[in-house]
Amino acid sequence: MAQSEFEIDLGNLMAFDLHRQFPSTFSSREELVKEAIEQGTKLVQAVADALFNKPSTEELDGPIVKLPAPTTKLPREKPLPKPRPPTKWELFAQKKGIDKHKKDKLAFDEQTGTWKRRHGYDRVNDDKDIPIIEAKMTDEPGTDPFAERRKEKKSRVEKQEKNRLLNLKQAAKVGALPSHVQLAATALPITGTQARPQKVGKTELQNVAGMASTATASGGKFDKKLPGEKPPKHEKKYRKFLPAVEGSGMGALEKQQTEKVLNKLISKNSHDVLNVEKAVNMYNVKKEKKRRNNEGKPSTRSKLKPNKKSLKKTSKRVSSSKGKQAQQYEILYTKFCPLRPPLPSLLSSASFYIEGRREGTKRAEKRRKGDIFLEKFKF
Amino acid sequence: MMKIKTPKKGRIKRDLEKRAPKLVETAKKTLILHGTKTSSVLNSLLTEIYHLKKDNAVKYSRRNDNIRPFESGGETSLEFFSLKTDCSLFVFGSHSKKRPNNLVIGRTYDHHIYDLVEIGVENFKSLNSFTYDKKLAPQIGSKPFFAFIGEGFESVEELKHLKEILLDLFHGEVVTNLNLAGLDRVYVCTAVSSTKIFFTHCALRLKKSGTVVPRMELVEVGPSMDMVVRRHRLPDDSLRKEAMKIAPELTKKKEKNVTKDAIQGKIGKIYIPDQKVGSVALPHKAKGVKRERREAKMKDEVHRSADKKQKQHSE
Repeated sequence: MAQSEFEIDLGNLMAFDLHRQFPSTFSSREELVKEAIEQGTKLVQAVADALFNKPSTEELDGPIVKLPAPTTKLPREKPLPKPRPPTKWELFAQKKGIDKHKKDKLAFDEQTGTWKRRHGYDRVNDDKDIPIIEAKMTDEPGTDPFAERRKEKKSRVEKQEKNRLLNLKQAAKVGALPSHVQLAATALPITGTQARPQKVGKTELQNVAGMASTATASGGKFDKKLPGEKPPKHEKKYRKFLPAVEGSGMGALEKQQTEKVLNKLISKNSHDVLNVEKAVNMYNVKKEKKRRNNEGKPSTRSKLKPNKKSLKKTSKRVSSSKGKQAQQYEILYTKFCPLRPPLPSLLSSASFYIEGRREGTKRAEKRRKGDIFLEKFKF
Repeated sequence: MMKIKTPKKGRIKRDLEKRAPKLVETAKKTLILHGTKTSSVLNSLLTEIYHLKKDNAVKYSRRNDNIRPFESGGETSLEFFSLKTDCSLFVFGSHSKKRPNNLVIGRTYDHHIYDLVEIGVENFKSLNSFTYDKKLAPQIGSKPFFAFIGEGFESVEELKHLKEILLDLFHGEVVTNLNLAGLDRVYVCTAVSSTKIFFTHCALRLKKSGTVVPRMELVEVGPSMDMVVRRHRLPDDSLRKEAMKIAPELTKKKEKNVTKDAIQGKIGKIYIPDQKVGSVALPHKAKGVKRERREAKMKDEVHRSADKKQKQHSE
């Protein structure tokens, strides 16, 4: 019954008494120690009960018991090893169904008529053992067949080295490089995950150099150029302007484009930003107020002034209170809702815009330079 | 072309292979470090922890000004030492006015800090202050018992964390075969309050009890101390998940339909598909059993009876 009282992890030889609670104050330290050790003895006894009752095998040193896996999970110290990806040859062999079999270390050498090692020093078919090479009809005069043989061998070795490096490169990509192989850029012995050293390419360097050169207040205009330094690459898109005039092939592309943008904006924000009725009401009320004020203290000056200017004033106030966006939507509203009573604050400029597009004359040319408000707002 | 470096000497190659990640890991190594200032208590405590873990521990004796495990940027040189010495546990002692006798115990995963626990050491009693029969002194590298007493180790988060770290620090290697004659040490941890535990190291004396299980007797051999939990940092959830991964090669697949019995031995269950005795066609049917004949016969009878009826009517 004692076992059920404690939590026992036999794999770690650990017992845990989770029911016992100690009084926070002991009269003396000795008492605490005594109590702790007494309880500890009970726990250890409980573990031992489970341990010594397990089947054991007698050895010279003592009885040996098979421990179960620990139940308390502890973290690993390093990540799990990744399997090495198959080499190119292994892939090929698998595809072709070639089995790997071991070759004998010794092979019979026909040149000398003895058994020799297959590889290494004093091996089978060693170049040193070939005194004569038979000439063939295809041989070109003046070439040394021995030298050619040596050259061939060298190229074979080089090719194998290249293949080996390629395979290692593949393994490094997956992060499964053999532990003793180390990329030259890393200084410390690699254990655990091997982060690939970042290769700094030519383009990256150029980009960084370009960025650095434009980092001055003048955008690098007055800096001395280094020998071989190129102007920074233009990263952004160049702005393109479609012809405002309806040409033969283009049609009304420009119109379509701007309308698309405007429609999108209006449809997106019409609900929450501009309450049309409210805006109209507000305008009406304001107008009314102004009218009344003017009636209260009539002055000849205000009557003489053109109507337009007073309107402009109100528009300014609206814009300052509602911000730039509201102003912008007022314009849009006047443009796209011609049936409703227009908000006259910026009507003049809006109509200018529409005219400008229709005429497609000098005004359109002007617009290209960014004079028109639409571009100022930056959609 | 990528440049690669391979060790020229076999010894170095073997050493590097020892450090490589393994499917089944060996015991974690412990790095013992000193902070800017250490008290005499801490000095002797660190030495004694080193003695307890002598088989796989590295002790640095220099003072480290730039190690502050809980602060960002203060862990870089610690992580470097962890990489250099291939240690994944560290014990860092420091002494300041704000935190006297401070001990930071932490673990690393992939040579990056995994979790940390900071404890204050109180009422430290060194190894040398205990008197006992020296024959009982535990052997280096023996597998210890652990006794955790108190519900605080379950209910209080800090103590739960400390329990896991203490277990990881002292449990040594995970073994499958254990020599019962080599059991000679116990770590007893008692939760005194919600932040304080009493930690002591005892030798084990096995006494005859008349049964198979010997009677256990604990003899305090030290070091013993009170640990007051100060700060602690749990691992990230994602990091924890990563670190707790078990290799799929090691997890045993459940063997289905096989049971093992002490008396009968191995018993297997075999499933045979339904034989469908009723519906299956017999290879050779006797004439009388054939369906057409049977049906024809039944039809015949019906006809005959109907004929008879008709006849009756007509008469």
